Amino acid sequence: MSEISETTVDREIDTSQMKISSTEVAIDIVGMHKWFGDFHVLRDINLRVMKGERIVIAGPSGSGKSTLIRCINRLEEHQQGDVVVNGVELTNDLKRIDEVRREVGMVFQHFNLFPHLTILQNLTLAPIWVRGIPKAEAEEAAMHYLERVKIPEQAAKYPGQLSGGQQQRVAIARSLCMQPRIMLFDEPTSALDPEMVKEVLEVMISLAEDGMTMLCVTHEMGFARQVANRVIFMDQGQIIEQNDPENFFSNPHHERTKLFLSQILH
Amino acid sequence: MSLSYVREEMVPPQPAPVRTTGVIAWARQNLFATPFDAVMTVIGVAFLIWAIPPIYNFIFPTFLGGDAVPPGGTVEDCRAAGAGACWAYISARMSFFIYGFYPPAEYWRPNLVFLLGALLIVPLLWPRAPFKRINALLFFVVYPIICYYLLNGGVFGLRRVPTEQWGGLLVTLIISLVGIICSMPIGILLALGRQSKLPIIKTLCVMFIELWRAVPLITILFMASIMLPLFMPQGTTVDKLLRALVGVTLFSSAYLAEVIRGGLQALPRGQYEAASSLGLSYWKSMGLIILPQALKHVIPGIVNSFIALFKDTSLVSIVGIFDLLNTVQAASSDINWSSPTQAVTGYLFAAFVFWIFCFAMSRYSIWMERRLDTGHKR
Repeated sequence: MSEISETTVDREIDTSQMKISSTEVAIDIVGMHKWFGDFHVLRDINLRVMKGERIVIAGPSGSGKSTLIRCINRLEEHQQGDVVVNGVELTNDLKRIDEVRREVGMVFQHFNLFPHLTILQNLTLAPIWVRGIPKAEAEEAAMHYLERVKIPEQAAKYPGQLSGGQQQRVAIARSLCMQPRIMLFDEPTSALDPEMVKEVLEVMISLAEDGMTMLCVTHEMGFARQVANRVIFMDQGQIIEQNDPENFFSNPHHERTKLFLSQILH
Repeated sequence: MSLSYVREEMVPPQPAPVRTTGVIAWARQNLFATPFDAVMTVIGVAFLIWAIPPIYNFIFPTFLGGDAVPPGGTVEDCRAAGAGACWAYISARMSFFIYGFYPPAEYWRPNLVFLLGALLIVPLLWPRAPFKRINALLFFVVYPIICYYLLNGGVFGLRRVPTEQWGGLLVTLIISLVGIICSMPIGILLALGRQSKLPIIKTLCVMFIELWRAVPLITILFMASIMLPLFMPQGTTVDKLLRALVGVTLFSSAYLAEVIRGGLQALPRGQYEAASSLGLSYWKSMGLIILPQALKHVIPGIVNSFIALFKDTSLVSIVGIFDLLNTVQAASSDINWSSPTQAVTGYLFAAFVFWIFCFAMSRYSIWMERRLDTGHKR
C-alpha cells in the first residue's frame, strides 16, 4: 500500500466560493461495472457528483480508485452501466469522448508532461490545437496559470529541468489552461518527496477555494479533512462507505473502513 | 564517546590531483594500465607502422610522397612497375561515373538538378534557416517535378533522354533520395497501423511488413524487372527505373516501420494518456506528442536504415541499371586505361564516394540527436 500521509497546509481555508450546487449534476455514474479481462475491477458503482463538490477517494491499493476516475474521462472503458459527464453520456462515439475530455482536466501520479516541449508549449498545446485559440492569446492565458501555480519563471524550460513538485504544478496548470469544469486527480502527490507534497496540495486547495469540482484519489488524509466535502472509501472494486470527512474519520461504520483508518490514524 | 557531530566549516571544491588529468595520465590509463595493455599497445603500434606506409604510397600521388598517378597522368604512368592507384583514369572517366550514358551535350541538365537540390536541401537540413515551410514545399513537391521534366525532357524543346541512358552517381542519388523521402511516411503509417486497434488495418500492416522484410532486395528487384512485365497486359510498360524505385522504397519502408514501432513502444503509456486526456484527437496526439518523441528516440535506427538503403542502391545493377558502382565496374574493362591497378582504383573511388555520403548522414544524425535532446533522460 502506498504511504498514507497527513500533510496539512497551515492556513485557514477560504470557504466563501465553495458552493455545492443542488441542481447541477457534474458526473452521474449509474450501475457501472468494469472488467480487465476476467477480473471484475469495478462492481456496481453508483456515484452522483454535484457541481462544486470536492470528493476524496480513499482505499487500499488495487481497490479500483484510479480505474474509477479513469472511467470518467474514458481512459478506461466501462462494460456495463452509464457514465454521464456534464450531461454527455460516454459511449464508443469518439466525438463525445473528445467533448467530455475537453471539459475534464486530469492530473496524473507521474505528471506526464511532454518532455520534448517547453513548459509554455506544454500549456498552450491543447488550447491551440483543440480549442483553436490564437497562439498569443493561449500564451497569455498560460502565463496567467503559471503565475497561479507560482512558477512563471520556468516557462522557457523543459520539464526535465524541473523538480517533481514543480512538474506536478505545471501539470495542474496545463489542465487548467483548457478551462475544465471538472478536475480529476490520480494520486497527484504519491510520486513526490515529502518536501514537495505541500506545494502541490497548496495549489489544489486554492483550486477548491475557487469552487472547482474535484475528484481526488489520494492518500493525503489531511487534505481530505481540510478540503473535501465527501470522502469515498473503496475496497475490492466497490464503494464501501461514503460520508462527510468529519463523520468519516470519527465515526466509520463499515469494518473495512475502521481497519483502514485504525492503521493510519494515531 | 559522543555520537554527536556537527560540521562547522563547509569544504570548498578543490582542483583534481595532477595524476588524474593530462597527457601522461591519459596514456597511463588508456595505453599502459596493465602489462597486458602495454604489450597490446606495442603490438598495435608495430602493426600500424607496418601497414600504413604501403597503403599511403598506393593512395597518395607522387607530389605527396606516394606512388599513385595523379589526375592528368597518362596510361603509361599507370602501367609502370610499382605505380599506385591510377587516379588519372578516374578523372578521365569522371563524367561517365557521374552521368552514365547521359548525352554529353545535355550534361547541364543533371548539373542543374544537382545545383537546385543542393540549394534546397542545405537550408532544409539547417535548423535555423528561415522559410522552412516554403522550403519543404519546394523540395518535396516542386523539385521532383522539375527534376523529372528536366532529366527526362520531351517538353519545352528539351531533347528526350530515356531513363536507360541515365546512370552513375545521378541514378544512385535519385534512387536513394526518392527511397529515403518516400519510405519515411510509408514507414510511419505502417508502424502506426501495426499498433492500431482496428483489426483489419493491423493485419494488413503486419502482412505487408512481414512479406517485404522476409524477401531479399535482389529478389524484389528481379521480380519487379523480369516477372512483373509477364503479368501485365500486352503493350503496357512501366519504366525500369521506376520499378526499381518502387521496389527499393517499399522494401525500406518495411524496415523503417519496425524501427519506428520500437520508438512508439518505448514511450511511456502516460504520454498517450496525457495527450488523450487533453482532448487531442488520434492524429493530433500522434503528430504533436507521440511521433516527435518516438522518432527522436530512434534516430540512430532510422539513419541506420537510410545508410543501408543508400548502399543497397548498388544492387539495382543486377537488373541492368547503371548506378555508380555499375558504371565503375563497366569502365574497368576500358582497354584505353587497362593497367594492373585500374579495377582496384575504380572500386576505391566508388567506396570513397559511398563513404562520404554515409559518413555525412551519420554525422548529421548525431548532431541532430544532440540538438533535439531536451535533457529529460537523467
